[in-house]
Amino acid sequence: MRFVLSSIGMVLILALTFAAFGLDVGKSLALVAQGAFDPAYGWPTTLTRATPLCLTALGVAVAWRAGTYNIGGEGQYLVGALAAAACAAGLGGASPALWAPVLLLGGVAGGAAWASLATWAWLKRGVQLVVSTILLNFIAVELVAFTVRGPLQEPTHARPMTAALPNSAMLLQLVRGTSLHTGVFVALVAVVAVWVFVAYTRQGLVLRIVGANPRLARTERLPVSKSQFLAMAISGGLCGLAGAVEFSGVTGRLSDGFSQNWGFLAIPVALLGGLEPLWVGVSALYFGALFAGTENLTRYTPIGNTVVPVVQATAVLAFLGLGKLMQRIRRPVEEPA
Amino acid sequence: MTEVVDILRFAAPIGLAATGETIGQKAGVLNVGLEGMMLAGSYAAVIASGASGNPWLGFGAGMVAGAALGLVQALFTLKLAADQVVAGTAVNLLAMGLTSALFRLQFGTSGKLLSVPTLPKFAGGLDLVLIGGLLAAAAGAWVLAKTKFGLALRACGEYPSAAQAAGFSVTKIRLIAALAGAIAAGAAGAYLSLGISGSFAENMTAGRGFIALAMVTFGRWRPVWVAVATLFVGAADWAQFSVWAQNPALPPQAWRALPYVLALVVLVCAGRGVAAPAALAAPFQEEA
Repeated sequence: MRFVLSSIGMVLILALTFAAFGLDVGKSLALVAQGAFDPAYGWPTTLTRATPLCLTALGVAVAWRAGTYNIGGEGQYLVGALAAAACAAGLGGASPALWAPVLLLGGVAGGAAWASLATWAWLKRGVQLVVSTILLNFIAVELVAFTVRGPLQEPTHARPMTAALPNSAMLLQLVRGTSLHTGVFVALVAVVAVWVFVAYTRQGLVLRIVGANPRLARTERLPVSKSQFLAMAISGGLCGLAGAVEFSGVTGRLSDGFSQNWGFLAIPVALLGGLEPLWVGVSALYFGALFAGTENLTRYTPIGNTVVPVVQATAVLAFLGLGKLMQRIRRPVEEPA
Repeated sequence: MTEVVDILRFAAPIGLAATGETIGQKAGVLNVGLEGMMLAGSYAAVIASGASGNPWLGFGAGMVAGAALGLVQALFTLKLAADQVVAGTAVNLLAMGLTSALFRLQFGTSGKLLSVPTLPKFAGGLDLVLIGGLLAAAAGAWVLAKTKFGLALRACGEYPSAAQAAGFSVTKIRLIAALAGAIAAGAAGAYLSLGISGSFAENMTAGRGFIALAMVTFGRWRPVWVAVATLFVGAADWAQFSVWAQNPALPPQAWRALPYVLALVVLVCAGRGVAAPAALAAPFQEEA
């Protein structure tokens, strides 16, 4: 039910957006549908785009459930990819079987470390996460820009990018002629793992209490700071993993335009999934399809996927508004003022 | 002397946005959508200035764009009492998507430089916005500190129930404060495009709105200190354009990262304070 309603809502918002921009709605929607669901290349592209979105959105969901507003997924994603690239440079002649796990773990470590900088500044020095994580995003962008022109630049030093990963080290391609790779399974495993962690472990329970009611958590002498630190580290780790997966699954190189703003666009994905890991997975699939679809749109109009944030923002605001309206309708019955 | 004016010019967008945001935060409204409002201001200003040939009309359009987004955000945060970080993030996305999409529709993705009439300057590089902005900031500080309305506004940020008990409408006062901040953000964006770059590029605000948020914290929520704090970041922003040219010892990326690093380091050093309004970012639902 929720699924059907939200699908209809999404298509409606998309159609309205196209109409607002004065585009041919039918033609635009058809192109989007083709780009997202065409059996030969649509579906694989949808899944490829959904992979980093899903991982970063899971990261956002874990942090926000704990009441730690991590809006630095973008920076953690970049540092994760950077760490993976550094690992790749260090591995040299190691056996090919080692590469993927080392790269992915490197990404997790990089992302977690970057997020922990912000958590430290918050817990010890009272710097708001909303501000620090965003500032760290911009620093990460420059860090990548510097590294691909300096320490990690490709051997000929001609272009601002790292050397390409050897083919044997890339995550396996699943559908020939598309970029779909085994990273999609990493995302699936992450969905299940985060779901189990949040819903069924002690740490997950503490995290949820800390997020829902920090005062209660303190009076119950729960380890609030520790739980929030952990939530942020997991969050950053997932975003870093996303970066490493994209690096070793799709691009194979690091360069200036490495991120398509995945870390930032993941926030509405997580919000529309209600910060519930399983729904976040579904939500990532939606927006993966939207990305794949709107890329196809560039054949008709230069707008392309700039339309995605517009749709996301409208969907989040609609979601917020509807939720609040429902609350208002229900409230008089529940608690007469 | 020209250096001082240059630094002032580079500090102005962040300074305008941060002073406006101080007023909002004093009333308990955290405006995470600040960056989006600046971006919308930049875009609207360039389009209106280009279409009318009058940069002041453009500047006005920038303020209107900021106010329009401010109203959208206020509808959610104040009227519906939605989470201020969520609503602000949505507003940022909206501005980012809309300005990029519209810009591409109008000018394609060729990336050609668009040149529109810019704000006129006096001798020495000063212009009306710089002087007006300083005056407006001073006036804002005075209203906050010395008037009855300012007291009520601060009460809304510290202890809204008390403000309501004293007969003030918390929602109305917060709306006024939020709109003042949104208009200032729009003006800040307009100054960035019409006063400094003379053009628009996708995501041209490049995080200045978030730096402005950081500066409010750094300035301990006092308008004058906030203004001084932004001068500091303005100097760093200016340095990346001018000093870098003569000093290639540091890589350009380090210069570009400098304002962000400085803002972060400064916040860490400033440490936890009790200066933050107690009810900052806490939704308030008026009893019917």
